[in-house]
Amino acid sequence: MTLTIQLGIIVGYLTLALGIGLVAYRMTDRTAEDFYLASRTFGTVVLLFTTFATLLSAFTFFAGPNVAYHEGPEWVLVMGLMDGIIFAILWYVIGYKQWLLGKQYDYVTLGEMLGDRFASRWLRGLVAVVSLVWLFPYVMLQQVGAGTALEALTDGAVPYAVGAGLITAFMILYVVVAGMRGIAWTDTLQGAFMLVTTWVAMLWVLAVVGGPGAATAALEAEAAHHLALGSDHYTIQWMLSTAIVIGFGVAMFPQVNQRFFAAGSKTVLKRSFALWPLLCVLLFVPSFMLGAWARGLDVAVPEGGNVLPAVLAEFTPVWFAALVIAGAMAAMMSSSDSMLLSGSSYFTRDLYRPFVERDVSERREDLLARVGVVVFASAAFAVSLLNPATLFELGDAAFSGFAQLALPVMIALYWRGTTRAGITAGILSSQLFYLSSLFVAAVPAAYGGWTAGLVGMGVGLVVTVVVSLVTTPAAAERRSIYFDGLGAD
Amino acid sequence: MRRRELWGWITVAVVLSALAIPWFLWGDDTLIAGVPLWLWWHVGWMGLASIVFWLFAQRAWGIGIEATPSSSESEPKGQRRSSNSAAWGDEP
Repeated sequence: MTLTIQLGIIVGYLTLALGIGLVAYRMTDRTAEDFYLASRTFGTVVLLFTTFATLLSAFTFFAGPNVAYHEGPEWVLVMGLMDGIIFAILWYVIGYKQWLLGKQYDYVTLGEMLGDRFASRWLRGLVAVVSLVWLFPYVMLQQVGAGTALEALTDGAVPYAVGAGLITAFMILYVVVAGMRGIAWTDTLQGAFMLVTTWVAMLWVLAVVGGPGAATAALEAEAAHHLALGSDHYTIQWMLSTAIVIGFGVAMFPQVNQRFFAAGSKTVLKRSFALWPLLCVLLFVPSFMLGAWARGLDVAVPEGGNVLPAVLAEFTPVWFAALVIAGAMAAMMSSSDSMLLSGSSYFTRDLYRPFVERDVSERREDLLARVGVVVFASAAFAVSLLNPATLFELGDAAFSGFAQLALPVMIALYWRGTTRAGITAGILSSQLFYLSSLFVAAVPAAYGGWTAGLVGMGVGLVVTVVVSLVTTPAAAERRSIYFDGLGAD
Repeated sequence: MRRRELWGWITVAVVLSALAIPWFLWGDDTLIAGVPLWLWWHVGWMGLASIVFWLFAQRAWGIGIEATPSSSESEPKGQRRSSNSAAWGDEP
């Protein structure tokens, strides 16, 4: 019975998504700019929710409540600072400037924007390669997550390889058909769905246990230290490192960064910017508090299992729990499809076009983009079957890896003195440092409580500035294009 | 003038970030209406941030980025979009 309901809801969702994709397909121009950026036409609601759903979905439903259950609800504060404040500020500082530049010079990717300014296709390729190194394993993790969830849901009736394979095939079909416009539309649906179900779930559980006072009293009896701010796990250094590194990392994640180019107007960017902290508080507080309260509510959480499904199974009817779990799986897919699209665009525009085939017609690039999606998704799926430990580690560290790009890019955006050698050295050195901290035992992962991700950002900052100061710009660099004549409409 | 305004907004951004986590409540476990006080601070602070961001968007949007203040509608921007080949990022 439960299984039928759950599968029914998942299949229903997929059908709905595909329907939306088909509508989007009918509205599409056959150009790469339309496929990747929906021709830069997003309104406030769509831009806000597509960024939100792309970014936060799987974590909000599963990993976040798990952490709140085991370590206490302080994650809410870390997420609030990272997404509600830091990312919102970057939304203006990086996003608005990128949007203006993208509109003026037709940029579709970050690498393209930097390559044009520094007159270097090697820099353009470097940014794409660095991004794909972190993105590929992250996509793989999503596939693994969805495949494992499907296997658990069906008690092994759908084995991992089949489940993950089916989901990959569906995502390929969906992305290739729908492009950015379709993805953003389903994200909007999903974002709204996530908000509503999370609130209903929290209110439902609280109504059953007798209100927040009773739930907190139960938590106090079980783990009183969770209510006090701070702990051995939540140290000041750790909270700040995590919030800063992930906040900056988010802005450089290809599928988020690319959305900076996709806004329809300045007004859309302004409204999304002001609404961002509210959206964060509305989603994170119920989701994380559910996880935290579950600790005191005698919920049987399986070893290594997820807290939220266990809470829902305990306190809400089967159909509602199934709805939330199906939503969570769909949310995982919504993150992955955006990543596939962005990964494909980085590959075709910044690697294939500049290095393999220079003269590509718009029509052909549109086709290449779709082929890129198929190749990227299939490769990630195939590699996931080999269970590669190194790639899993890379995927887990992806946010910090992307964060290493942020400061060199920001310096280039705001300081005319940045040189090609400077930004290249900054990107290479911080990546090298951060990768070493992951894989070379001699390089520590923490420095007095501060994470290697944060220290690496500092390395990138210093190297970019110092190398820029001691080198002269190459003759072909277009030093003023990020500054002169930049204005909206 | 514009420069002072810019530094003012940078200060606002730093303060918003610095107090998003209520460090002065470190170790505090006071409960209000069944929820920790520090969580109420979080909710209030995010609300405040949203208002501040809205004010910024109304009054100062474009500061530090646009070449001219966005309020002046003086000269319309010409067609500066480069042709596709110019956006290539290649050496000429």
